[in-house]
Amino acid sequence: MLRIEKLTKRFGDKIAVDTATLDIDKPCMIGVIGRSGAGKSTLLRMINRLSDASDGQILFEGRDVTSLKGSDKRAWQSECAMIFQQFNLVPRMDVVSNVLHGTLNRRSTFATMFNLFPMEDIHTAIDILDRLGIAEHAAKRAEALSGGQQQRVAIARALMQDPKIILADEPIASLDPMNAQTVMEALRRIHEEDGRTVIANLHTLDTARRYCDRVVGMRDGRIVFDGLPEQLTTGVAREIYGADANFSEAATSTEIDTLEATIRAEMAEA
Amino acid sequence: MMADLTAAPLTTADIHAQYGEMTRRKRLYGGILLVLFVALMAAGFRTADGRNAGSFRDGITHVFDYPAEVLAEAGEKLTELPGHLVTFFPALIETLNIAAASTLVGLVFGTLLSLLSTRGMAAWPRLIPLFRRIMDISRAIPEIVIALVLIFLLGGGPVPAMIAIAIHTAGALGKLFSEVNENASLKPVEGLESVGSSWGQRMWLGVIPQVGPNYVSYALLRFEINIRASAILGFVGAGGIGYELKNAMSWGQGRYDEAAAIFLLLFVTITVVDQISSALRDRLIHGAKA
Repeated sequence: MLRIEKLTKRFGDKIAVDTATLDIDKPCMIGVIGRSGAGKSTLLRMINRLSDASDGQILFEGRDVTSLKGSDKRAWQSECAMIFQQFNLVPRMDVVSNVLHGTLNRRSTFATMFNLFPMEDIHTAIDILDRLGIAEHAAKRAEALSGGQQQRVAIARALMQDPKIILADEPIASLDPMNAQTVMEALRRIHEEDGRTVIANLHTLDTARRYCDRVVGMRDGRIVFDGLPEQLTTGVAREIYGADANFSEAATSTEIDTLEATIRAEMAEA
Repeated sequence: MMADLTAAPLTTADIHAQYGEMTRRKRLYGGILLVLFVALMAAGFRTADGRNAGSFRDGITHVFDYPAEVLAEAGEKLTELPGHLVTFFPALIETLNIAAASTLVGLVFGTLLSLLSTRGMAAWPRLIPLFRRIMDISRAIPEIVIALVLIFLLGGGPVPAMIAIAIHTAGALGKLFSEVNENASLKPVEGLESVGSSWGQRMWLGVIPQVGPNYVSYALLRFEINIRASAILGFVGAGGIGYELKNAMSWGQGRYDEAAAIFLLLFVTITVVDQISSALRDRLIHGAKA
């Protein structure tokens, strides 16, 4: 359904994404890993068309979306939702309004200026919030919520778009381990229950292993690994992160279980 | 895991009803405000139009008569235009000088007034309201009134205009600067106080380096405004290009070609200053970020 062919992004003489090729034939949950600056964010931003590709193609169900312009481009963006590291909500508006922003592509500018959304959309928004466990915050301002709750509002906005693909750019990088788990579980559930494809940039290996069906590794703009989570050995991980033999997966972990295991191991050594 | 620990005993249906009620109320208030706004605008326009000498509807068609006549006459005497530009260039320089001098004087006094009226920085905290009122007054009196009084006392010429604009600039910049000051950190000031420095030293070394780029940025904006102001003051006898413009643009003297030349000079000057100062301000702001 989604094919990326030789996608390249250049900033001046620097290459952020270098002839990336990726084929997703059925809905699945994909984790993209790699150290910061490897081009993960640029890749997702090109798929959503927040930034333009320098070269190559993005094909969705056989349609080339790389060169769409104007309202066609905005229609594609509404089909392919994006979730950001810093949530990117409107802080001073209430939670339901933020979720309703997911329908902006279907509404006229004039109607949305006066916040006139159909009542059925409002009810759908509250139902989505309920599904994510934050319906009781419906009338609060987005800025009054905790980081984990705000990220779930952002996921609700994405679901309101009724997208075929959800792109998540480091969705848990600014959350504590507990909230990170809640958000990842929500993303996993959306994939399993709705059959939507989820592509998430992740900065820890164990998160990718635990929640994803397929892992893509990027290094210096190139895709250097594409396979099942089980194939992701410590050797492969060192290759992706360009780390030496001291690299230990537990050291990068944010999972509570792994942290505890590490501490136990360290105490046993001492 | 998905349920929140602080969940109130509310069902989704309750939340639907509550939020729906809230939305309906907001829309009702918004609708009432919109109707009021439209009604007030319509009523206000009718009142204002009624007090006009002629009616707006009859007058609107004649609005473009004057520029058309100016352009037509300037078009006939197009060959004389370069000569006029040379003739009026000294007057333009005088106008620019008035603007620059008044901006500089206003900058100095505005800085002093703003420092004296910012909490935490003021030398005499109890006198903050006094300095605030001084700034209010110097902003409230129109430049043209101060200029007319000074021209009556000192005689016509560029000095009264300079003083008049400087007074207004001091008040306007002082207000903007004190808002900048409020965002400056007081920690360096406290550090300097701990070594036994005077108020002037604390301000010059502790505050000005923090707020300098913003001050210059506002002062440049003010310079642009002051060019226009000093051109207008020429109309009441303060010299500069405004005086020439007033003489040239009166009806029926056959000097519209000169008026067109002056308009052209003013337009080019303001465009050039605008370009230069926006480039400078851009660099200042980006420099401050880096």
